[in-house]
Amino acid sequence: MPLILDDDQTMLRDTAHEFMMGEGSIAKQLRHWRDMQCKDGFGHDLWRQFGEMGFAGMLASEADGGLGMGAVEAGVVMEEIGRNLTPSPFLSTAIVGVTALAAADDDARARWLPGIVEGRTILGIAIDEGARHDPSNIAMTATKSGNGFKLDGRKRAVLQGASADALIVVARTSGAAGDTQGLTVFAVPTDAAGLSRDAVRLVDSSMAAHCDFDGVEVDGGSVIGDVDNGWAVVSKMLAAGRAGAASEAVGVGGGAMDITFEYLKGRKQFGRHIGSFQALQHRAAHLYSEIEIARAAVLKACQLIDENADNAELMVSVAKAKAGDAANLAVREGVQMHGGVGMTDEYDIGLYMKRDRALAEYFGDGRYHANRVAELLGY
Amino acid sequence: MAEAAPNPAGDLDAFRAETREWLDANCPPEMRLPVQDEDDVCWGGRDWSFKSPAQKSWFDACVAKGYTVPDWPKAYGGAGLDAARTKILKQEMARIHARPPLSSFGIWMLGPALLHFGTEEQKVHYLGEIARGEIRWCQGYSEPGAGSDLVSLQTFGRDEGDHWVVNGQKVWTSYADKADWIFCLVRTDKDDKYRGISFLLFDMASEGVSTKPIKLISGNSPFCETFFDDVKVPKDQIVGELNRGWDVAKYLLGHEREMISGGGLGGAMVSIGAAFKAEAKADPILRTDFARFDVDTLAFRAMAERFVDQMKSGQGHPAQPNMMKYAGTELNKRRHELVMTAGGSDALEWDSAASDEGKRPRGWLRTKANSIEGGTSEVMLNVIAKRILELPDA
Repeated sequence: MPLILDDDQTMLRDTAHEFMMGEGSIAKQLRHWRDMQCKDGFGHDLWRQFGEMGFAGMLASEADGGLGMGAVEAGVVMEEIGRNLTPSPFLSTAIVGVTALAAADDDARARWLPGIVEGRTILGIAIDEGARHDPSNIAMTATKSGNGFKLDGRKRAVLQGASADALIVVARTSGAAGDTQGLTVFAVPTDAAGLSRDAVRLVDSSMAAHCDFDGVEVDGGSVIGDVDNGWAVVSKMLAAGRAGAASEAVGVGGGAMDITFEYLKGRKQFGRHIGSFQALQHRAAHLYSEIEIARAAVLKACQLIDENADNAELMVSVAKAKAGDAANLAVREGVQMHGGVGMTDEYDIGLYMKRDRALAEYFGDGRYHANRVAELLGY
Repeated sequence: MAEAAPNPAGDLDAFRAETREWLDANCPPEMRLPVQDEDDVCWGGRDWSFKSPAQKSWFDACVAKGYTVPDWPKAYGGAGLDAARTKILKQEMARIHARPPLSSFGIWMLGPALLHFGTEEQKVHYLGEIARGEIRWCQGYSEPGAGSDLVSLQTFGRDEGDHWVVNGQKVWTSYADKADWIFCLVRTDKDDKYRGISFLLFDMASEGVSTKPIKLISGNSPFCETFFDDVKVPKDQIVGELNRGWDVAKYLLGHEREMISGGGLGGAMVSIGAAFKAEAKADPILRTDFARFDVDTLAFRAMAERFVDQMKSGQGHPAQPNMMKYAGTELNKRRHELVMTAGGSDALEWDSAASDEGKRPRGWLRTKANSIEGGTSEVMLNVIAKRILELPDA
């Protein structure tokens, strides 16, 4: 498969580009909801529009009312989201949540997917228990209770946890923290008794929640996949989430780069455009190279996911690490090249820097994934 | 340049199966071992002597099939494969680690320029010789006063009716002492800096041509100084129009940059961490360096694949080869720094048997030229800034 977008994917990109630039713009969404201290950190109207546009259900199968698309298409939309810093539950719900639900039984899919496809339902992703990503190190317990399970434990900084209708929770049904064996995935409604959520606002104005599970009772129908063998589902969720976050990072980095280059072309000092200074031109050109390479790595990872290839996991880690590095370079250079105004809230470049920081932590940062690459390559 | 029309996927699968079978039958096991030395790959030319019978049989088989230049038309010695089939052949060769049957500046650089600018007679004659490995070419671009600022070149061709008489000096001529012919930039009009250069081809055995190897920091001498003293060049040995050689040179530099950027690719096919597992285990900081490098390498490999697909589909920016050259060469330099670090004091041994006559340190020093030859990294960054990013001039 050529490592470029095909005609349909290009059309999707153009549609998503136009939509995010318009409805999803920084002024209309991110700044709007941030300035009013929105409790969810995004607009529910926009999420319904995601439903109307077909974005929300793009990964759901056609039998489930979705479009049956793949990681490449989801990545295309994520990049445009990143470019416009559009706050939405797309990553948690349409990508990671829907990927988890693909392994669920008919009842569970029928319960959650129609609302997601329409852009009404929101899913939170509750995997990590520490501040740094460590998905195998899960201590939360799910003990047999009647025909269901009882969940006890705590999940930190749950993505979209504040606004979610249900959480996709990974809990331990056997084994000890550190084992990938013995994990089970559950879909838990957020109105379940014993579940309390403590919403926190993050640096990029998105909302997460620390979630406490105190004897939360769920029935057997809430299990996704097989009991004790949840790692198979978790792996798919992580691959999808990492590729999605990497795609968004390319968008964040690319967007930061574009507005910075525009600034270099417009700002004058010493009687000339600052973009004519070689000291800045070489750094700009290096940044361009890094973003291009990151985009290639991310597209490759998405294609390999869609092909179910053996080396998909390796390339996903390469993509998350590389996209994180490139986007981080873009926002750091962006603020520096903007000079003093780069430090002001009025200019958007600082918003890119904040989003990049949050995104870097999602599903493992560059160090986590460089370590994965080393492990997967056998050293 | 493809002759075969695009075909349904089934035909491509059949082509892959045929190719696999043909490679099994024709690529000897010795030709599937990693390339250690330059001479492990055939460079062709009048003076070439094969290093082994396996090298010769692999070369002969590929020449007969047109696989030294698979995407060139059959009339010019190629196999006339379309883009999809060329990619499949490359994938299948990579799968069995097949060495290139023939490497040459003729294939990478002059060939593409002739395909674009040459006359039919030139194509049949020169491309055929290149494809069959009969003539080894060298490139005469840089001069002592014209490095990064190539258009300042002074070598002059005086018009003598049916021929030019060329006088001047070139420098950094790769393998000039081993080459049979040279493709050379020569000033044919002293008044116009850009539109006064012509692209000439001539025999290195011509009277008045002399070469002198330049000893490098690696201790090797892959480059020469080349002197022209009243060298006669017949008028039909010009590529493109008179005084428009700069167009040919620019086109060709694009191919050179692609080729050199492949250094980062080719040399980096294997994970560096996997190659030095014991060292990675003993030194966690070195392991981190390896892991970061492997991330960048695998990402660049994806970029190289995408670059080819972009160019084939006409989506790539025409200046994108400059980006590839910059990123690929910087990566390769970084790789060799790590290879030296991993080796510790062993990697310092200059001419001992244990160090294979210093292959590792000499190779490391060689890579320092990657970001200088064919346009320095700084020139690449200038081109990216101006042509791709369209940043303003001073």
